Amino acid sequence: MSNIPVDLKYAKTHEWARLNKDGSVTVGISDSAQDQLGDMVFVELPEAGQEVVAEEACAVVESVKAASDVYAPISGEVVEVNEALADSPETVNQDAFGAGWIFRLQPAAAADLDGLMDAEAYEAFLATEAH
Amino acid sequence: MGKQTPLYDEHVAAGGKLVDFAGWDMPINYGSQIEEHHTVRKAAGMFDVSHMAVVDLTGERVGDYLRYLLANNVERLKDKGKALYSCMLNESGGVIDDLIVYYLQADYYRMVVNAGTRDKDLAWLEQHAAAFSVKVQERPELAMIAIQGPAARAKVFEVLSDGARAVAEPLKPFYGAFAEGDWFIARTGYTGEDGFEIILPAGDAPAFWQQLKAAGVRPTGLGARDTLRLEAGMNLYGSDMDETTSPLESALAWTVAWDPQDRDFIGRQALEQQRGQGAGHKLVGLLLEDKGVLRNHQKVVIENDGEGEITSGSFSPTLQRAIAFARVPSETGATCQVEVRGKRLSARVVKPPFVRNGKAQIEL
Repeated sequence: MSNIPVDLKYAKTHEWARLNKDGSVTVGISDSAQDQLGDMVFVELPEAGQEVVAEEACAVVESVKAASDVYAPISGEVVEVNEALADSPETVNQDAFGAGWIFRLQPAAAADLDGLMDAEAYEAFLATEAH
Repeated sequence: MGKQTPLYDEHVAAGGKLVDFAGWDMPINYGSQIEEHHTVRKAAGMFDVSHMAVVDLTGERVGDYLRYLLANNVERLKDKGKALYSCMLNESGGVIDDLIVYYLQADYYRMVVNAGTRDKDLAWLEQHAAAFSVKVQERPELAMIAIQGPAARAKVFEVLSDGARAVAEPLKPFYGAFAEGDWFIARTGYTGEDGFEIILPAGDAPAFWQQLKAAGVRPTGLGARDTLRLEAGMNLYGSDMDETTSPLESALAWTVAWDPQDRDFIGRQALEQQRGQGAGHKLVGLLLEDKGVLRNHQKVVIENDGEGEITSGSFSPTLQRAIAFARVPSETGATCQVEVRGKRLSARVVKPPFVRNGKAQIEL
């Protein structure tokens, strides 16, 4: 089973969200998601300043196999995007929970994070999806 | 649960990600499609292609039968063992399948057809066989392994028996020959690299696969097989052509043998008509100039000349750019645009292949 950090929150669409000390939230896709998609070859990033809405697509990761939408786990404003992915999309495969982050947002309401799954719930969710 | 090839256990043991392909459980990759792709371009990879159907055609008039059935002309096969790539057409010139046929003896040809078209191919072959007293015999008890890449032949020689090696070593490109024990070794492939396709009894396949693996040949999945053939400029049946498109609209005019003019083959009349009027569409290569990835079914827009569609699109690991085949209006010039998620990206029209023998064939 893929490693699932306990300090993150997870969406059913396989994004993770990390609450930073400054109140912003970093978003990426889970290791399980990158593993399913395969070798990344292109990431279409959102733009800084863009307003994103929970459960709506705001980025795209493309593996050699297929394109897959990345959904905002919570609503907010994009404050930074991971420009390094433009040249090295494979970072998402290599370090999905770290250097492969996709964007950082300022949440509309930090409490929205409570609506996401914790690591234990996400692991159980992955197990149900496997069947 | 789909059908399993004799190498199914090998795929599971090697960590293959199994997906459904035409009703078969086949490995899409064994971890990294891109690394597998590069291994075939630089060293040697092997593919389980046992899902493809091997069909033996025998009878005194089998040559006449194939001259009538195929758009390419088996009369071009003068030497025993020589292979021919051809389309098999319906009456309206649409492609029932593309295939390889080997000339083995005057009364014996071997054909390899796609897994996804097996049933209709066999029905079609049978339907026309009686008039020529030809026997159509599928060989499901045989497996097939393709070993491809610049190091492929040397690796295969390492593990073949002395007898089989003596058969394999002198083979020229696009020739095949029998070795002992119902092994058939052919210097053919679907990657744009040198190598072999070996048809062998199912019971021999796992041990041969393991020997190749021990010799350093990397198991390679259908994912890399697709990007390799796309780079090599080779069509995929069902994506780039089907029963609604003719070879003339599919960059396969070179496989249609018009001469001799009195050779009647199924679909000829329709093709002649299309050739006279102009096909209206053509299949071209595209190289994406902007960042992004080309995918099947994306819309292609040609300034002042209408629209087309991508039939096979992907990311080229060798070129590190998105490439595609697209069916576009015949008038299409040097550039076009592709609609990707509502945006129009610029692409250059190029002549495939994109890559041959490890080297880029087009300027980036």
